[in-house]
Amino acid sequence: MDEQTVFLPRAEADRLLEALRGAGFGRILGPVAREGTLLFQPLRRWDDLPAGVRDVQQPGRYRLQEQDTPRCFAWANGPQALKPLTFRPREPIWRAQRSADGQLSFQSTQEDPEPTALIGLRACDLAALDLQERHFMHGRFPDPWFRRRREALFLVGMSCAHPAQTCFCASTGDGPAISRGHDLGMAELDEGYLLWAGTQAGKTLLERLDLDAATAAQRRTVEKETHQAAMGQRRTLPGRHLKQGLYERLQAGHWKDVGERCLSCGNCTAVCPTCFCHMEMDEPALGGDSSEHLRQWSSCFNAEHSFMGHFVVRSDTRLRYRQWLTHKLGSWHEQYGRSGCVGCGRCITWCPVGIDITAEAHALLKEAPDA
Amino acid sequence: MKPRVSVHKFSSCDGCQLAFINAGPALLELAGLVDIVHFAEAGPMDPDAPVDIAFVEGSISTQEEAVRIRRVRESARYLISIGACATAGGLQALRNFNAQGVDDWTRAIYARPEFIESLDKASAISDQVKVDLELWGCPVNAQQVFTAIRRLLFGALPFVDNEKVCQACKRQGIVCVLVTRGTPCLGPVTRTGCGAICPAFGRDCYGCFGPAENPNTAPLSRRFQGLGLMPEDIARRFHFINSQAPGFLEEGRNWDQGTP
Repeated sequence: MDEQTVFLPRAEADRLLEALRGAGFGRILGPVAREGTLLFQPLRRWDDLPAGVRDVQQPGRYRLQEQDTPRCFAWANGPQALKPLTFRPREPIWRAQRSADGQLSFQSTQEDPEPTALIGLRACDLAALDLQERHFMHGRFPDPWFRRRREALFLVGMSCAHPAQTCFCASTGDGPAISRGHDLGMAELDEGYLLWAGTQAGKTLLERLDLDAATAAQRRTVEKETHQAAMGQRRTLPGRHLKQGLYERLQAGHWKDVGERCLSCGNCTAVCPTCFCHMEMDEPALGGDSSEHLRQWSSCFNAEHSFMGHFVVRSDTRLRYRQWLTHKLGSWHEQYGRSGCVGCGRCITWCPVGIDITAEAHALLKEAPDA
Repeated sequence: MKPRVSVHKFSSCDGCQLAFINAGPALLELAGLVDIVHFAEAGPMDPDAPVDIAFVEGSISTQEEAVRIRRVRESARYLISIGACATAGGLQALRNFNAQGVDDWTRAIYARPEFIESLDKASAISDQVKVDLELWGCPVNAQQVFTAIRRLLFGALPFVDNEKVCQACKRQGIVCVLVTRGTPCLGPVTRTGCGAICPAFGRDCYGCFGPAENPNTAPLSRRFQGLGLMPEDIARRFHFINSQAPGFLEEGRNWDQGTP
């Protein structure tokens, strides 16, 4: 938010969708209340958004409730946001064909992604995208599939005034205010929305909308609500740089404790907006003359993930959970310059048995370092 | 010479053989790649012919079957058991829990029990003979069957996914029925392969593909108890289609007499 922040009255909110379509974004996705949660789905009009819906999140539990408010973003998050759009859960990477004379030919599967605008992304979602970009786009081997899809996106962030019980973005420093990674930033008030630009594309869009400036009182209300959203969060991580603390406790007894409770089902890694592990495999057609090479989401909680030629390195759950946590909160610093956790709390809510990463991290760091 | 394939039936509902028959054009294509020398349900009959791959459906539930499976093993280079009956004894293995033996049930059910010839316990194929590959499910997934055949034709070992159903759910964007509805879903301990059909239709997985690799059943049972299931209900979650599978067998036993 800045001096250029403008105000879009609630009754005129459809104008934002029209402006996005006018800017070439034929596909607009936003949160829609479906299947007991909030899913990013195509939006035709502002009324498709979940007005008066609130999420109640606890470890291993998610419910939607109705509440008396005109607001459409009075909730924290659903199971997914950007990750499935940029890093596809399952996709062919290439196809191979064998001709009658035995020659092999290979075809790329790269698509031409449709320009897509996303409305209602949280600060944690944008921070997570930044981490995925570091992995997929800015490493030694940039990923063209990811890059093309990423470049087709226009990101509308929505400051969060309603964190769930499972949220801890204030602790990781990634939210709840929209401060980076957005083309357009937004915050919701009962009477409408404040909008501000984060990129040139966002600025151009705001110029098209030609809205009045937001009042200082409106900006103060948003600042106050965002501050309360941060203060209201009860969960924390025991620090932002836990690599040394965790590495000094690789033999801690608590790994066994969590290993006994953990199902090693991989739900945490699937909903984690920064987890990027995948597996690749070939699916030959029955005739044997063509084959598809696929990449799909995998998980460090799978045996296959640590299968090294002839044996599984991490055969039990204790070692798999330790791998996940020490990577996410520890060695991620070496690889990407920061922790891999953005405090969205999804791994807590969507864990079938409600394992809480913040509680486990605190419990581990309370133990004495390894001898 | 084309590789030779057979499909054998033991105690079962025949549903897994339908993986072949319902495949339609793929079955015709397969018939061009291999010689299907024995497949009673589809026509060819030559049960003792030597084959490269023998598919076996059904559990070993009678004395005759216990003898016949050995002949199948001897005639096959590579034996693949398909479906819950063949991999874990199937639904009929629920009789294994009856300490009085099978006669106790046949007397209660049949007007002329003397015609029923049955072993006290129904068992998986791998309890009787060496099995080279198991394809789980009730029924099996036809795609898995055909992929396994294709890999063997290439001379490669088939790869069978053993991760949990949850990951198939999440890849498809299916919303978790346990977390949003509190249904006692077995997905977190069940082997993938079905395509997460049940959660896709809003119901809980009932474990028809059997235990996944590294299944941690105890905390999931405690979660079910927290959702309001009685101990005997928890026992029945595990003692159902794959009651004899390692992991499910013990977990069901832990609860069938009350809270462990």
